[in-house]
Amino acid sequence: MKQLLSMLALFLACTGAAVAQSADKPLYTYASLANAKGEAVFHAICQGCHMPDAKGATGAGTYPALTGNPKLASPQYMAAVILFGRHDMPSFVMRHSDPGNFFEDATLTDAQIADVINYVRTHFGNHYTNNIAAAEVAAMHPQTITAKQP
Amino acid sequence: MQGEDSRLSMTRRDLLRLIGLSAGGAAMYAAMNRLGHAAESPYQGTPVLQGAPRGTTVLILGAGLAGMVAAYELRQAGYKVQVLEYNHRPGGRNWTLRGGDTYTELGGFTQHCRFDRGLYLNPGPWRIPYHHRGLLDYCKKLRIPLEPFVQINHNAYLHSAKAFGGKPQRFRAINADYRGHVAELLSKTTQQGKLDTQVTKEDQALLLDSLRRWGALDKNYAYVAGARASNRRGYDKEPGGGLSAKPTDSQPMQLHDVLRSHLWSGLNDGEGYEFQTTLLQPVGGMGRIGEAFGRQLEGLIRYNAKVTAIQQDEGGVTVSYEDARHPGAVHTAHADWCICTIPLSILAQIPMNVSTAMADAIGAVPYAASVKVGLQFKRRFWEEDEGIYGGITLTDLPINTIAYPSCDLNRPGKGVLLGAYLYGLDAYQFTAMNPDERVRRVVEYGSQIHSQYRQEFENGIAVAWHRAPFTLGCFATWSDELRAKHYENLCQIDGRIALAGEHASYLPAWQEGAVTSALDLITRIHQRVVAGGAA
Repeated sequence: MKQLLSMLALFLACTGAAVAQSADKPLYTYASLANAKGEAVFHAICQGCHMPDAKGATGAGTYPALTGNPKLASPQYMAAVILFGRHDMPSFVMRHSDPGNFFEDATLTDAQIADVINYVRTHFGNHYTNNIAAAEVAAMHPQTITAKQP
Repeated sequence: MQGEDSRLSMTRRDLLRLIGLSAGGAAMYAAMNRLGHAAESPYQGTPVLQGAPRGTTVLILGAGLAGMVAAYELRQAGYKVQVLEYNHRPGGRNWTLRGGDTYTELGGFTQHCRFDRGLYLNPGPWRIPYHHRGLLDYCKKLRIPLEPFVQINHNAYLHSAKAFGGKPQRFRAINADYRGHVAELLSKTTQQGKLDTQVTKEDQALLLDSLRRWGALDKNYAYVAGARASNRRGYDKEPGGGLSAKPTDSQPMQLHDVLRSHLWSGLNDGEGYEFQTTLLQPVGGMGRIGEAFGRQLEGLIRYNAKVTAIQQDEGGVTVSYEDARHPGAVHTAHADWCICTIPLSILAQIPMNVSTAMADAIGAVPYAASVKVGLQFKRRFWEEDEGIYGGITLTDLPINTIAYPSCDLNRPGKGVLLGAYLYGLDAYQFTAMNPDERVRRVVEYGSQIHSQYRQEFENGIAVAWHRAPFTLGCFATWSDELRAKHYENLCQIDGRIALAGEHASYLPAWQEGAVTSALDLITRIHQRVVAGGAA
């Protein structure tokens, strides 16, 4: 009986863990982030500041909305901001890890940057039809690396 | 800020770095200095500012530590001081969340802190290195009681989901076994004559003696199970009294297993200059410092003031602001001088007529993402069940850190621990969640290390710094390149305006950076005032 109970407890513990894990999408690691499509990148990173509805937010300063924002007319502008950062927004360009830094920077591939721009420009009430291609993003940073070193 | 190796990363470079540190670590200094880790506080005591012209006015923007240090000292020196602060409280990032507090982050997500009385989370700074003399001096002046902050706890864990079947290992065991095996290897190398060209025979004898002690080796310079090793790594059965007194030695792990676990990457956590014993914390929460400054400056600080423009001319500086709670009506404040401590993340958006060089500097520095999550448990199971009193567990799970409270040790009842402390990609991802999901995920991950989480968890609160309405980020992340190009321009007195704060220091993210930047700046402004006015 005791054995049966402990087996039952084990079973419950296992299913409990499985349920808890399946309820949450796994988080990206630095390695797996490269597999994220534009929509996933938006929800994993961009919405932290630009908000889940892309409407931005205002406190002592403002995070710009990514909806109804005339700057979105230029996907190249958006690519430049994502590649090189702007003001407090960090850069996401592929680069070697900085050995002096105590945390690793998150970076996005040119394809991911193009994809997240195209996602934003066709969602949240945006209806742009001129997509940007990964090659165009790549052309904006010829000096930097295109793949991260191990 | 975290130790430079606190994340259990997976690179060979870290191993080399660790050996470098153990061996002396001069080469580490340059890398550490890069973020200001090893830069010493230049604090020389509070500046004596004499001869301030009667009636000279200074407007200070921001009631964080930099702003309040400046206000405190300038008032003392005879200046007429006023302070504008966006929040409804003093302190800025010097901040403690306690039961009853409400916090609304950007996006309108509101959390009500439900901690029991006496329990708290420091969402921002949480430890004070002993050499941060400026901050420690103000703690003394303001009569803020301090207590030790435990950084390294040999009985806390190093954990990898991918090593030892996910079972957390005691810091003590990894530390002892790593050192023991490295000492044995180096002893063998020495005895085989392989160091003969580099080390004299006499020094080799000393080296061997030191390695035996350092690594707890036996008389044959071997790291093996026995009293010496157990005295470092712990016992299978602890020594006691009476008939059951005899201890049982524990079995060291193989070098291969220690290396493959990558847990050695967590051994450096207390080695960096900022993390060496002794670290301190204010009793009752880091926010006690800001609160005490706020009381000192009562009447001088206008709260809920959101700055919208900063304009200077020959006659002084005029700052426009509105009520942060009821925006619309514009108010103005005027002074001869303006000390602006507003984080660059926000200042870059505020119209201000300064030189192009300074404006470029203000707009150039990105702000780091960081997340902290505090969890309240029904009992202090980490102490009661696991003998962990303060200190830090490091893990390669996305929570990165579990930090056990250094206060109220061995007391019965509830406790709050730091369930996650995140930077980089994990911080981005947790910032992107709503606060409830952050707390839920942190409990889920943490229960892989402490199974008691499932039974004992009560409530939690999560602060993601990019969503903090008053900073829009954690701290200014300077690179060498940015510093070379912009730092001096940022720190100039531009006409009648000058900046202070952690962003204007070589101690980024540290409160000492804010304190020393303020003291440096008021000294320079005072010199200029006494010398006869504006630039």
